[in-house]
Formats: sequence, C-alpha cells, structure tokens
Amino acid sequence: MRQEWQGFEPGSWVTDVNVRSFIQHNYTPYEGDDSFLTGPTERTLKLFEQVKELMKEENKKGIIDAETLRPSTITTFGPGYLDKDNEVIVGFQTDKPLKRGIMPNGGIRVVKKALDSYGYTLDKTTEQIFTDNRKTHNDGVFDAYTDAMRKARHSGIITGLPDAYGRGRIIGDYRRVALYGVDYLIEEKLHEKKLLENPSLGSPDIRQREELSEQIKALKQLKEMAASYGYDISVPAKNSFEATQWTYFAYLGAIKEQDGAAMSLGRVSTFLDIYYERDLKNGLITEQEVQELMDQFVMKLRMVRFLRTPEYNDLFSGDPTWVTESIGGMGVDGRTLVTKSSFRILNTLYNLGPAPEPNLTVLWSVSLPEPFKRFCSKVSIDTSSIQYENDDLMRDYWGDDYGIACCVSAMRIGKQMQFFGARANLAKALLYTINGGKDEKSGDQVGPMFAPITSEYLDYDEVVTKFDQTLEWLSELYINTLNVIHYMHDKYNYERLQMALHDKDVLRTEACGIAGLSVVADSLSAIKYAKVKVIRNEAGLATDYEIEGDYPAYGNNDDRVDQIAIEIVERFMNKLRKVKTYRDAIPTLSVLTITSNVVYGKKTGSTPDGRKAGEPFAPGANPMHGRDKNGAVASMASVAKLPYRHAEDGISYTFSIVPKALGKDKEDRVNNLVGLLDGYFESKGHHINVNVFDRETLIDAMEHPEKYPQLTIRVSGYAVNFVKLNREQQLDVINRTFHKR
Amino acid sequence: MSKLGRIHSLESFGTVDGPGIRFVVFMQGCPLRCQFCHNPDTWDVTLGDEYTPDKLMEEILKYKAYIKHSSGGVTFTGGEPLLQAEFILEVSKKCKENGISVAIDTSGYIFNNTIKELMEYTDLVLLDIKNYDPIVYKNVTGVSLSPTLNFLDYLREKNVATWVRYILVPNLTDNLDSVRRLSAHLDEYPNVEKIELLPFHKMGEYKWEELGLDYKLHDTKEPSKELMQQVIEIFETNGKVVSTNT
Repeated sequence: MRQEWQGFEPGSWVTDVNVRSFIQHNYTPYEGDDSFLTGPTERTLKLFEQVKELMKEENKKGIIDAETLRPSTITTFGPGYLDKDNEVIVGFQTDKPLKRGIMPNGGIRVVKKALDSYGYTLDKTTEQIFTDNRKTHNDGVFDAYTDAMRKARHSGIITGLPDAYGRGRIIGDYRRVALYGVDYLIEEKLHEKKLLENPSLGSPDIRQREELSEQIKALKQLKEMAASYGYDISVPAKNSFEATQWTYFAYLGAIKEQDGAAMSLGRVSTFLDIYYERDLKNGLITEQEVQELMDQFVMKLRMVRFLRTPEYNDLFSGDPTWVTESIGGMGVDGRTLVTKSSFRILNTLYNLGPAPEPNLTVLWSVSLPEPFKRFCSKVSIDTSSIQYENDDLMRDYWGDDYGIACCVSAMRIGKQMQFFGARANLAKALLYTINGGKDEKSGDQVGPMFAPITSEYLDYDEVVTKFDQTLEWLSELYINTLNVIHYMHDKYNYERLQMALHDKDVLRTEACGIAGLSVVADSLSAIKYAKVKVIRNEAGLATDYEIEGDYPAYGNNDDRVDQIAIEIVERFMNKLRKVKTYRDAIPTLSVLTITSNVVYGKKTGSTPDGRKAGEPFAPGANPMHGRDKNGAVASMASVAKLPYRHAEDGISYTFSIVPKALGKDKEDRVNNLVGLLDGYFESKGHHINVNVFDRETLIDAMEHPEKYPQLTIRVSGYAVNFVKLNREQQLDVINRTFHKR
Repeated sequence: MSKLGRIHSLESFGTVDGPGIRFVVFMQGCPLRCQFCHNPDTWDVTLGDEYTPDKLMEEILKYKAYIKHSSGGVTFTGGEPLLQAEFILEVSKKCKENGISVAIDTSGYIFNNTIKELMEYTDLVLLDIKNYDPIVYKNVTGVSLSPTLNFLDYLREKNVATWVRYILVPNLTDNLDSVRRLSAHLDEYPNVEKIELLPFHKMGEYKWEELGLDYKLHDTKEPSKELMQQVIEIFETNGKVVSTNT
C-alpha cells in the first residue's frame, strides 16, 4: 500500500479506481447527535466577513468583474486569493474572487451578450476567433437543427434547451484525485486508450480515443493548476487538509473550464470523513480544525460564479450554480452512510448562515439514525436551505454511491452521466391538441396539421385520443432535438476533465423533462368531471375556456385526478422510450421546472383547468397554487403517487409551511417534520424542498431586501437568495400554497 | 347498516390537536354556542357531508405512513364529536385494528353508554373546560358546567389520558380566581397529563359574519404575554405540564 494510505483498510480500491470500495472499507457510521459540533474559527469568520462584503457589492453591481479577453481553461489563470492569511482552502475560477470567466466553446453570442449586459466588451480578437476560426457548440447545433426544431424552440413548446451554453449535469468523481493522485489516474486513462487499438477502428472508437486524449491533457493541466498554488496533486492526499484541498482542486478544474447549467459536486462529505476520522484518531487534528476545513471548503463552493445573460437568470432565477452535494443515505449492507461530516457540512448553515449554495441534499431513508433525522429537521426549520430525496427509492436503482446532479437527477458517481434535456411544455401540447397543432398565442402552425377540436364543449375521450397523437409527435421531435444538441456538445464543448474522472464506459441517460403536469392533469379532470366550454377567436383559435361545475384537482389525494397525472407521466415516458437516441442513451424523464414555471406560464395561453393566459404554472410536480385544499399531507400524498420508474430523472416537489402549522413548539415541529419526511418517503415520494417561514417574512424581504441578505428559499430542486429573485418570481413564491392552519 | 357520520371537513395535517401528525375529522353539529368559537359553521347538526365508517376509514388509511412515523393519530373534533359517538365508535374500532391512535376533542357536555364504550377505544381526550365558574361557563357556552366535570371524573375512573384545554379570552375567561380553583381541582386527576393554554384569536370571526351571526368579541384583543404568563404559572403551581401554541 502507498504510504499516504497508512491506516486504511485495503480492498479492491487499492488496485482499481473504485472510490466506493474505499468508502465501504473505511468509513465510520455515526449514529450520535449534533452535540460534538463546533462553531466557526476566527480565521473563518474573518474570511467570511470579506466574502460577505464582496457579495454585497456584487448584489449592487450585478457582477464584481468579468474577463473579456481570455477564454477559461484549467490553466488560463494563475493563482487567486482573497486573504492568504485566513484562507485555508485555496483556489478561484479566475484570478480574482467572484470574477466571472468566459467559456465561449458553448457559444460566443451568449458570452458577448452577457458581457454587454453588465457593461463589459468582449475583446475583438477573441470574438473573431470564435466566430471565424473556432466553431462553437451553439453554431453546430443551429447548423443541424431542422425547421420543426426551430419552430418548437421558438414557440416554447420545448424550452430551456442547452443549445447555446454548457449542458452541465455531469458529476466528475472529484474524490478520485484525492484518493489516487492525478498521476495514477493518467496512467489508467493511458491504459484505457491502449485498449482501443483495434484492427478495425470504427467511429465510436475513434471518438473515444480522441476523448481519452483530451481527458489526459485535462488531468495534466489540473496538476499544473494545483502546482501554481504550491501543491503537488500528482500523488494522493495524505491528510485531512490535502484530501479536502485535492477534492476542491478537482472540482475547481471542472468549473474553470465548463459553465454547464448545473455543476454538481457529488457525494464527498462521507468520503472526506474517512481522512478526518483517521487524523482525529491519531491526534493530528482537532474537531475545531476539521470544522474549519469544512467551513472554508463550503465558503469556496458558495463563491462559484458563471457569466450568464439576464434572460438566463429569468429562467433560472437567482444566479444558481447547483453545486449539489449529496449527504447521508444508507449503504446496501444496511449500515448508514451518515458520518460526523454529514453533520459538519450541514453545520456550515449555522457557522456561515443560510445560503442557497452548495445545494445541500439529504438522501433520506426511513432507516437513517434518528439523531441525524432530527438534526436535519432542525436545520430545515432554522434555515430552509435543505432538500431531501428518497434514498430508499433510489438505492434500488443506483446503488449507494450515487449523487444528485442539479436538482433531482441521480447518477452513479464516475460511472454515469446524462444528456441534459430541459423540458417539454405539456400544457402547451394540450392546447396544440385542441387547436390542431397551431400555437394558441401566435396562431402559427408549429405542430403537424391535426384536425382541431371543433365542438363547443370538450369531450374527454376525444381530447385524450388527440392528445396522445400530439405527444407522439412531440416526443419524436424532442429526442431528435436533444440528439442534435448532444452530438454537437460532445464535438465542440466536451467536458474533458469531468469525463476524465469517470470510468471509460459510462451509462448515458437522455434526460427529458416535462412542465405543466398539474395544469394538464387538472385540465383533463375538468373536461372529465365538469363541463369545459371553448371560447374561440375570429380565426377559430381556441383562446380561452369556461368551466361549468366543480372538478377534483390534483393535490388533494383524490385518485380520480391523481390517476390522470400518473397516466400522463407514463404515457409520455413510453413514447420517449421508442425514439432512437444519440450514443444509445437511455431516455429518462423529470417532472421539474426549476423556476421557469413562471416563464413557461407566460408563454402559454389559457388552459381548460381555469388557469388564465400568462399565469405561472405550478413548479415541478406541485399542485396548482391554492387548489390543494385538504392540507399539507394530502398535497404531498398526491405527488408521492407519481411513478419514479417512469420519471427516473426525478420528481420535484416544493413544500412551504408556516412554523406554527408544523407544531406548537420547537420540539413538536422538529418531530412533526421528521414524521412528514418519513411518511412522504415511505409513500415513495421522490424529492421534497422544505421551506419553513411566514409569508409575512417574504413580503417584508421584498420591501426591505437589505435586511435579508441571506434569506434562502427552496424553489424547484435548488435554493435561491430570495432577494435575488425578480419581482415576478418573488410574487410567484409568495402566492404559492403555504400550508397553515 | 352502519351509522352515517356528518362531517364538516377533513384535514390531513393537523399538528395542534394531539401528539404527532393528526388526521383531523371535523364533525358537524354542536350543542354549545361558545362566544369565542372559531368554527361556528360546524354548529348546525343538519349540515355536513355524510360518510360511512368505511369511507372515512379509507381516507384515514391513506395517511397511515405519516401518522405512524410521527406517532400521531386521528383526532375527532368539531363541532362536538360526541354528538355522533356511535359513528365515531365504529371508526375508532377500525383505527385500533390498524394500529392508529384515536383522540377526541370534546366539551364533555354529552354522556351516555355509547360514549362509555367509545372511551375504551380512545387513547386521548382533549377536554375543553371553558371556565371553572359555573355562571361564567354558562355565559360563555350557553350550557352548564357540571356534565363536563362529571365526564372528567369518569375519565379518571377509567384512567383515560386527558389533556385539558383552556381558552384564555381577555375580559371573559381571565377570572384568575376560578383559574386557580380549576388548577387545584385538576391536581386531583392523575390522568390529566397536560394543560393546553390556548390564547384567544379571531381567525374565525369572518365565519360568524358569513353566517349572519352576531360576534360579541369583535373588540376583544388577544391576551397579552403577561396575562398568558400569569395563567401558565397558576396552572404550573400544581405541577402539571402546561403548553401553549404561541
């Protein structure tokens, strides 16, 4: 065994790259409570004061600074510091904290536009190179898009496509750098490349050989980047500090070069805990020092920044980066994967205050140790900064070393990636069904020219039959569009470092998504159980609806409509399964809107459920605002019915409750939230964001943002600083169902 | 043929009517006319939706996971649930079969053999004692106090766990001498595990208006912190656990 591994129990991880094996052989499950935790050190506090100052300035100006000349690679920038004396974990994306780099491989127009909007000018030569000499992903995509794809994109029936920026949602196994050192990883990649010397070299192998070469180059650059900070990461980390710093360097390399929508971290806290435990046992470090490492690591993760256009921020409010860290869960052998470091990373929400990033995600199991459950519940009540996902459900699919990318997408770390596919607007698809493929806002023929529905009152069977045809068309168009995008992304904007931290052959999913599920379910329910009259304009286009009578609404644990919602998910998924995908990716589906439920709503006309044109959809899999009338658990129970096996990319539910409704006192609230989470996850719910605060707090924060710089609120699968949302999004959050009684 | 129940509404996430997460059944109908009632829409015995015990049980079972994990249960409130004791008895038996605990929130005004049997299936009684002074009690509720105290005796006899609820309304139920006497009285009841002191609120006022009823407490304020503290101390003098929902 290598000397850095002294004291570790060997396993297959010694001879193969296998971080899971290392964890399983060496981690210490922790079943105790939070009483061992410590507060921040003086160094941490001093540093964090400066960070907060910077962020305040950033809030005022929009951004602190931006690069205008040099596109970012792993080694473009020399070392950057904020306060060398107090910084324990080092490294920034550019030469200055919070300064945003440019990554034009995704698309030069977006870079230019983003710089323009903040008052910076892209260097002429750089612009020219990426216009005339070096093709971008964005150019590639539009070279190949068909007319139908352009129309669908323009009308908003398919939106948020990663065709002009990095696709993200790929998690490198950043832990490998700490455990093995970069040299060993390079050797492995060289070996893998050797295996691709076939007598008949076809294009898949040629592509893979090129990709492996790129991966090796990236690893070499990673070493160089770390060396510029004075660290040699060619060898494994030998102590707690190095393990944390090495892991961060690996992640930092990825975010220096890629600005994908979600740049998630993976599942590092229990991994790091092994180093902390070893050093604690040997008296080499104190609890206070371990917490300091964690606080400082997290502080760096809070400072991840990408250059985005204002339109992008409208879609994904609040400048999110989705530095998602998956915490806890259970091992397949029945031991909990909760360690003291699961507590320590959540403790950063006290030591540094609440924050949207990193996106702390607890993998919940009914079998988690009770003290950990209670601690999570307490942290949620105090900070509203945690999301929860169902480990008991996902473990059966993905084992016990998966992480969450972005909001709700599970993937085996280092063994799986996804082709991120944004989402299709199913509410619009329903309107296309009624209007024979014409867009209800523009009147343009976007879909195929089906016979429109001409009756005065909508007939359930007719609508469902025709909706099926619309979904058939949409699913084919959708997958083909994604195929174009990911072909080009691999070609022009390949994630070489992140993929270097994967196995040679990975499982790929083509992660589609839907928006407007509750709108469609309620619309079909209204058509079935009430009477829906169509209002048409002069051109015969259905533009509004009148409902006569009541209908059961999704979110009340009423099977009459909940079954409709389930049926829509399954139906659309089965259609996606039939279409050929790029690189034989396996199609999956999410019910997730991020915060774009507002933008989608804006682009969609009135719907038969009574929602008026332009009004927001409910986020993710949520029931429509105010229609869930039987209390919090009924609402949850409806969502929990949605079938994960037909939505393996995740089902997002955002839950907001006022503190008093959770229970009479702190103790009751903590217990009841634990009970809610246990109940929801035992009922097969997949994901839940938990917000605990009064509506009045939000209204006050809207009027006096300066009083609430750290007010964090969970939206769809991630968290945002409430004060960074635009007015419209703030109102949307305030108008959502707050459970109280 | 099972007895039908008249139900005002159901709430899937109750957290203030007994321990844990409660499935709360608001029963329709009440013989009392409390001045501070926040559910006057539950008074009329002829309204509400009819449920068979099986149909209600089906609803309850949808929430079993949440109830189980929070050590919660079902709470029958209202209205006065004991007006429909026969129906509740049948549902409670089914709850027991399914390992679900049952709480009943009552004024204790009604008593009969069905209620006696029901108490065998009841894990917790939330007993509302609106005042300990019989004259004030009558003024507040429109009915007399003694049935409630007799019911409390019966609960002691059968050793049914009881939480006494007292609603503190300034200028109405803040007669502190009677609160002291109530506190001393409760000291003799080991089955009383807790006293819940509920501050008056006006969240139900709009319902009075909707029903065209005359709300007498329009100008009454919520009790001050000092008053709440005073009453908490009185109840605590005899060693009982006191909780409030502030």
